[in-house]
Amino acid sequence: MNTENYLKDITEIKSIMNRSTKFLSLSGMSGILAGIYALIGAFAGNALIKQYISDFSIYRYENVYLLRIKLILVAAAVLVLSITTGFILTYKKAKKNKEAIWNSLTKKLLIDFCVPLFTGGIFCVILMIKKYYGIIAPATLIFYGVALFSASKYTLGTIKYLGISEIILGLISLFFIGYGITFWAIGFGILHILYGIIFYYQHDRN
Amino acid sequence: MKDILLHINKTFDHRIRLGIMSALVVNDAVDFKSLKELLGVTDGNLASHLKALEKEEFILVQKQFIGRKPNTKYSATSTGKEAFKKHIEALEQIIKSSQL
Repeated sequence: MNTENYLKDITEIKSIMNRSTKFLSLSGMSGILAGIYALIGAFAGNALIKQYISDFSIYRYENVYLLRIKLILVAAAVLVLSITTGFILTYKKAKKNKEAIWNSLTKKLLIDFCVPLFTGGIFCVILMIKKYYGIIAPATLIFYGVALFSASKYTLGTIKYLGISEIILGLISLFFIGYGITFWAIGFGILHILYGIIFYYQHDRN
Repeated sequence: MKDILLHINKTFDHRIRLGIMSALVVNDAVDFKSLKELLGVTDGNLASHLKALEKEEFILVQKQFIGRKPNTKYSATSTGKEAFKKHIEALEQIIKSSQL
């Protein structure tokens, strides 16, 4: 064996270590698209709220329930669209990379992502039942950030920093209760687009 | 140069064995199917290399059942990890000394 072969060995070792511990087929483009959906959702939500505020009819009190349902529907639509897009793009990329989409690695990744996320989801439902509406937005950002951070050990580069950014943003937003939609637009919209672009340039292009 | 070559471990002198060890040192345990996918080799080929590593006591084999399906998990022993580390250091030395 000559030196070139040994060099090849080292490269191969590195690649296997990476592939066996990290899921490489996440797509930056799906982050960018999720961000765009979130921004559209935020604008729609904002319009709904403005419409409600300008409503001085006698039905105002009943309409607040209607508004709440509409806002939840908008948020759910954004969530479903983002997850679907993310799944399709990741599936395509994994197929191209010949990486398995369902193996012990992606299982671990999903568990580490879902435990904080579902904790947060239940937490927010309880907040809703208890009518603590103001801290729902900060809570979603914080738990989403924790979920990203916890799953990031199985991913490449920027996901970890996206998680930290969401956590910090969530904590800041606790000081500005009542601006939930603005912080959602920043956290789920702008941050996703920003980190999506960085991720795209680092890992998607080739 | 001879000193360095002493640490080149004959057991690792094969791409697939090197691949198996690379995966096992960075993971707690890896099952047969994952190893197969990761390295892109056939069942028989992988099994024979795993046997060789097992014989050297570089890896530990755990057989269990998940439901009704048999599942075999492999992990690196401390002897295996140490030998692999020495082997990589030797590789690095060779590459370095040839670049001077």
